[in-house]
Amino acid sequence: MTYIPFTSAPDDPYRMGQQRGVHGGGHARGYGDAGPAPKRVVVAYGFWIFLLSDIVMFSAFFATYAVLHGRTAHGPTAHELFDTRNTAVETACLLASTFTCSLASIATAVRNKPWFYAAMAVTCLLGLAFLSLEAREFAGLVGRGAGPTRSAFLTAFFTLVGCHGLHVSLGILWLLTMMAQVFAKGFRAHIERRILCFALFWHTLDIIWVAIFSIVYLMGASG
Amino acid sequence: MFGKLSWAAIPFDQPIPMIASAVVALVIIGTLLWITVKGWFPYLWREWITSVDHKRIGVMYTVLALVMLLRGFTDAIMMRSQQALAFRAPGYLPPEHYDQVFSAHGTIMIFFVAMPFMIGLMNFVVPLQLGVRDVAFPTLNSVSFWLTATGALLVNISLLVGEFARTGWLPYPPLSELRYSPGVGVDYYLWAIEIAGVGTLMTGINFVTTILKIRAPGMTYLRMPMFCWTALAANLLIVAAFPVLTATLAMLLLDRYLGFHFFTNEAGGNVMMFMNLIWAWGHPEVYILILPAFGVFSEVISTFSGKPLFGYRSMVAATMAICILSFTVWLHHFFTMGAGADVNAVFGIASMIIAVPTGVKIFNWLFTMYGGRIRYEPPLLWAIGFMVTFVIGGMTGVLLTVPPADFLLHNSLFLVAHFHNVIIGGVLFGGFAGYTYWFPKAFGFKLHKRLGQAAFWFWLIGFYVAFMPLYVLGFLGMTRRMQHYDVPEWHPWLLIAAGGAILIAIGIALMIAQLVVSIRQREELRDATGDPWDGRSLEWATASPPPAFNFAVMPHVEGQEAYWQIKQRFRDESLPIEEPEYEPIEMPRNSPTGFICAFFATLMGFALIWHIWWLVIAGALGAYATFVVFAWRDADERRIPAEVVAQIDRANRAARARLQNASVPA
Repeated sequence: MTYIPFTSAPDDPYRMGQQRGVHGGGHARGYGDAGPAPKRVVVAYGFWIFLLSDIVMFSAFFATYAVLHGRTAHGPTAHELFDTRNTAVETACLLASTFTCSLASIATAVRNKPWFYAAMAVTCLLGLAFLSLEAREFAGLVGRGAGPTRSAFLTAFFTLVGCHGLHVSLGILWLLTMMAQVFAKGFRAHIERRILCFALFWHTLDIIWVAIFSIVYLMGASG
Repeated sequence: MFGKLSWAAIPFDQPIPMIASAVVALVIIGTLLWITVKGWFPYLWREWITSVDHKRIGVMYTVLALVMLLRGFTDAIMMRSQQALAFRAPGYLPPEHYDQVFSAHGTIMIFFVAMPFMIGLMNFVVPLQLGVRDVAFPTLNSVSFWLTATGALLVNISLLVGEFARTGWLPYPPLSELRYSPGVGVDYYLWAIEIAGVGTLMTGINFVTTILKIRAPGMTYLRMPMFCWTALAANLLIVAAFPVLTATLAMLLLDRYLGFHFFTNEAGGNVMMFMNLIWAWGHPEVYILILPAFGVFSEVISTFSGKPLFGYRSMVAATMAICILSFTVWLHHFFTMGAGADVNAVFGIASMIIAVPTGVKIFNWLFTMYGGRIRYEPPLLWAIGFMVTFVIGGMTGVLLTVPPADFLLHNSLFLVAHFHNVIIGGVLFGGFAGYTYWFPKAFGFKLHKRLGQAAFWFWLIGFYVAFMPLYVLGFLGMTRRMQHYDVPEWHPWLLIAAGGAILIAIGIALMIAQLVVSIRQREELRDATGDPWDGRSLEWATASPPPAFNFAVMPHVEGQEAYWQIKQRFRDESLPIEEPEYEPIEMPRNSPTGFICAFFATLMGFALIWHIWWLVIAGALGAYATFVVFAWRDADERRIPAEVVAQIDRANRAARARLQNASVPA
């Protein structure tokens, strides 16, 4: 049976519960007496830890935004600035791209190159659409004299949302690199692991966007 | 073309930095010449610079820490002598230079001495203790090291090109904002720490993954040596705390470079938010430093008392309790901010609670020694010196957690004495204990014992002479970072403190002498078996220095103190040592990725400091290209044939068999 990522890993000797160990065939009991985990588990686990650290970094920016969002220095407030329609389209793009990114993961699992390229290309286009909408929003704000230097509130807003946008940009660079790698080398084990990490990264950006959408835009527009 | 950089950046008119830079340049050129004459470049490149072996990387981290210790200590000597001279006098360091000296001292000692020292020991020891062949991500490990080295390099470049921050080791705004610090000093600080911080974060990810996912068969959590537990706790803290540092310093960078208003006085910025954010990283940071040291002491005290660690499970619980509690106390660094009596009380009590698990540890170490067969080797001396010193530092710390007392002592020399008491007496002594303890494992010969003892006593007495007067000065009302003063009561105490710094300098000289003498007498000090101290954990089960693959056959762990159990069984039953079935071993290939990445990171950092934008772009492209080239390689492992493994392992087995035959009565 094809193994599709994102379910719990059946070959992880450190998984909780009864199972066969990797070394010596003993029963692992979830506290790790079965020897080193296989490479795929190690890579995905390490990348999860990285993503958690990234979320910690975002939480610092969220906290900063929470502290500064009322400090408008007599400038425009969130209520006056945010256009939730634009944000709704951005959100739709990003959520759809998570779906296509999952399609790419499935294509990798079943080793279907055309589907992989197609799904990754659509993911890339949706990501670019998101970025261009964000850039348009930022340019509009700066044009109205509501740039990041206007007030502490706008400083925190541009940094939090911009940091997410920067992550999406790096994600697109990574996505294109992975497409080139699959094109040049095919689905090798280490390339599959990288695709797995990329997918985790892309989904995490979605989770962070949901938080930005709720806390920054929805709460801002209503207040 | 070169941004803000011009010949004016080099302080030709100031003799002290010029002479210091000239000395450093001479040492570097001399070393390079020596290496060239001896023809060691290919060896260094092949075996060290491109190495992804955790042992080599650990040694390089430790070397970096010890070299930077000399630099940081030079700053310390300058401050002590300035304050000894500057009673009703200007001294020899002008204020703008003195401010750079204390800022550089703190930055270097924390980020480029204490951190690489602890990370170096973890790198060298943790995979060996877990009974495995490498860390989870070997190449990433090399990148981590070289990025840390990049940070250290940028701080040292600031000595000659431009200036360093004058803001203290944490750049508090608004002083660190562009308006009040228009020079490049704060930028040097920020980019050096950002780059080194990325390296540290990757180390944290690497080691959490290694300890949780890669252990020898049978090595359950509660069979791991104590040092692995403390390394796990420290690395969890790195993963949770360093992103906050990255974010905080990024905010200050945005303020300085793009005119943002995070921490400015104008446009609604919030200065105190910086203090909260930086200490949300900063307090866990002190536990990132001290927890691995606690681990070293646990290993050392157990080994040299000939007993298992007393209260192993309570030690694990105490370590993890400290790991969590360390995130709940950051506000005690600024009780005087005025958050209110209730908030201060909560954080004061939380800070006092941390003393409980720490006290558990102290008692566990004492009970480990109680009734043990104690051998007073230098590592144990450091451990005993630590216990006495750290208890004093801990108690002055608990005194500072009382908010009313803190209002009197805040920013005084009492505080300076306190944190040197715990960082020198805890982290640095821990580093030295680990250095002497694991040196034979790394290089195959012990360090000279008598010189080690002498260095210990000079360090210990020098520490007390240098820092106890600072407690008194704190009570006499002397604040920290004073370039000159005119209170006659302070002067004698500052003279005594300067004398203490001289004693420590002798201690450092003795450590250098110890290293030189030990290298010259290495044949007499040789450790043939790989188990020079009668050790208890798996790192002593392999040769000294260990082969690249650490263990010819992966050990099977059946209980706590894995190696001690194996030894006991062989001793009790006088079993013959049977040869295992050797198999070929796959090891990761060396890679220059880390070094090249750091090269581009240095270029980028330097270009960002001096606003040389084209070079920033070139550096970023270079770093990306490096990663792509790395990602494109086809063979990332090399195979060591079974015969080679057997040959290496047999030599070590023969040496161990000789020892066993000598110790077991026929």
